[in-house]
Amino acid sequence: MPDLFSQLWSDYTVRTVALGSGILGIVSGALGGFAMLRKQSLLGDAISHAALPGIAIAFLLTLSKSPLVLVLGAALSGWLGTLLIISVTRTTRIKEDSALGLVLSVFFGFGLVLLTFIQRQPYASKAGLDKFLFGQAAALLQSDIWIMSILGIIILLIVALFWKEFKLLSFNPEYAASLGLPVRFLDILLTSLLVIAIVIGLQTVGVVLMSAMVVAPAAAARQWTDRLGKMILLSSLFGAIAGISGAFLSSTLERLPTGPTIVICMSLLVLISLLFATNRGLIWRWLKERKNRQKLQVDAVLSDLYILAQQHENIEHSHPIEVLRTMSIGHGGVDRTLKELQKERMVDQKEDGTWRLTRQGFEKAKNMSEKGENL
Amino acid sequence: MSQAQIEIQLIAIVVSVACALPGVFLMLRRMAMMSDAISHAILLGIVLAFFVTQNLSSPLLVIGAALTGVLTVVLVELLHRTRLVREDAAIGLIFPLLFSLGVILISRYAGNIHLDIDAVLLGELAFAPFDRLMVFGRDIGPKSLYLMLGILFLNICFIGIFFKELKLVSFDSGLAMALGFSPTLIHYSLMSLVSVTAVGAFDAVGSILVVALMIGPPVSAYLLTDRLSILLLLSSGIGIIASVSGYWMANLMDSSIAGSMATMVGFLFLLIYLFAPNKGLVSLARRRRRQKIQFALEMLLVHILNHQGKPEAQRECHVGHLSEHLYWDKDLSRQVLKQGEREDYLQRQDDYLFLTPEGQDIAEKSMLR
Repeated sequence: MPDLFSQLWSDYTVRTVALGSGILGIVSGALGGFAMLRKQSLLGDAISHAALPGIAIAFLLTLSKSPLVLVLGAALSGWLGTLLIISVTRTTRIKEDSALGLVLSVFFGFGLVLLTFIQRQPYASKAGLDKFLFGQAAALLQSDIWIMSILGIIILLIVALFWKEFKLLSFNPEYAASLGLPVRFLDILLTSLLVIAIVIGLQTVGVVLMSAMVVAPAAAARQWTDRLGKMILLSSLFGAIAGISGAFLSSTLERLPTGPTIVICMSLLVLISLLFATNRGLIWRWLKERKNRQKLQVDAVLSDLYILAQQHENIEHSHPIEVLRTMSIGHGGVDRTLKELQKERMVDQKEDGTWRLTRQGFEKAKNMSEKGENL
Repeated sequence: MSQAQIEIQLIAIVVSVACALPGVFLMLRRMAMMSDAISHAILLGIVLAFFVTQNLSSPLLVIGAALTGVLTVVLVELLHRTRLVREDAAIGLIFPLLFSLGVILISRYAGNIHLDIDAVLLGELAFAPFDRLMVFGRDIGPKSLYLMLGILFLNICFIGIFFKELKLVSFDSGLAMALGFSPTLIHYSLMSLVSVTAVGAFDAVGSILVVALMIGPPVSAYLLTDRLSILLLLSSGIGIIASVSGYWMANLMDSSIAGSMATMVGFLFLLIYLFAPNKGLVSLARRRRRQKIQFALEMLLVHILNHQGKPEAQRECHVGHLSEHLYWDKDLSRQVLKQGEREDYLQRQDDYLFLTPEGQDIAEKSMLR
């Protein structure tokens, strides 16, 4: 295994792709966390689609394919799309989901028009423009990695710098406004960071799958913790793990495109988190519920036996299991519960198979019922 | 116009109406992004069904692929119901996964199938007329035209028959449930319809632009009317205009037809967003401006009423006072005075303001309010 790893690492393309995907995972994971808390999970989808015309226009204006130029164009049009979504939802009765869908598809359509237009021009050294559609991680260069890391570090630094403000903005913007924070500015700043994070990922995973890079790591991280700091760290970590493992996987198997492979890895992480996360996870929740149910059953059987004991002069009087079953309609599990109580020496079984409380059990049941009366 | 051009436009028109009709309900039910999810996820269904049928316009493929669309809805619902993620995040988790599976399948078995992701995502309407439907050896037109006509017919029937139920569920799903209609059933029927439409339309316009045709026209029409039946008609109309004008724009620019159609959808929306009566930005701005002047005028009338005939009237009822003490800019003062004189509430003598009897009346009334 380490052999395979070092072999992969020494391969220039694989290393570049893995680094790029890892950086992308870290950055989009961190900002995705904020996006999720601000109920903007699908904004990433819209931004990545809306970036397409910007890429085409940047190319038409400069005739250069330098990633920095294209990223700038993409960011501008992604940003414009976001502003349009916000202004449409603010000024009309159109809901956010419709505004998202509209901007996403219209911008993308316009981008497509421009792309096909470019492809039919004579000067078109256009090869490489359409890699933005589905991403072409293999075409990443060392220089792209540099740009990605610098932008990524800037983004993360800004997040760290405005940590407190962004936290407040995500959880309680009204309160933030009442404290006199420039909410409008912070809102735009955070959204702009998201736009840049998305735009630097387009080349790796493409327009269509970029939304998963924003939503999935955050959704996975959310299951493990209730603290923002931990969540953002985890989200970045998950993003990086999925990015790097996806990149490695796609390089070991033939004809396995990088972007989709990363998304599959990411989805696996989400699935694991949904199932196994402590406290929130489905399995954890199921175990907890089972434990609670059993405890309720134990209490119910004890109190049934107590009621029976009170109805007879002698608390030593024992009762057939059928009586208890009849009394326990609605909660069930009498047989198992009695076994458990027997282990704890709260009840015992006579030779004829009937059940009664022990002294210890009687005291506990009495205690319980008195407490119940006091409540 | 050549026959192929006419046929392409016919297909475009049918597709746009077929998309706009269920789109109206998607928009009203706030599920617009579900169309995005479905239209992406059906890629997986199309690939799988294509392995079986080997034919892109087979009705079996449409059904198989539409099932993936419904599967998407079910998965999103299941995920949402765990209460671990919000609904929009659930959408954002499910469809990229299904889409990725589709893309991986295509590239793994690309050698064996004639299916191009670009074609599925972006569509190529120009090729639609080449695939002819032959009945008894006679050519009766392009296959996809008939496929889409069938889907349009299905949509019209469904909406026609369940109009009342759809309306109720869209506007008040709580009441619908209380009255014994099942919002869930209606929800899944609508989503199946959306899936079938998206699958049928994908090879004409591509899956991303299905979203443009489903959401764009209803959103635009929503700014023009408050009635559901008119909304449906207007959406279809806007869809038709966008698709036909989009086709000609593509012709002119020699670019993607589907992209141009989406661009026209956006252009029409922008026009309506700006200029719609009542709800457009321009009319909104004008209304705000009018209300501002009206309010300022009323304030001025009350102000004059308070000071008229008092010792300070000399100072308080002077035109210059407006900018000095009320902090109105010149423009606003001029407009307010103009409005006041036009409506005959105010009179001006040597830059001093007096109330007319009507003005006095208005001022007293607004004091009582």
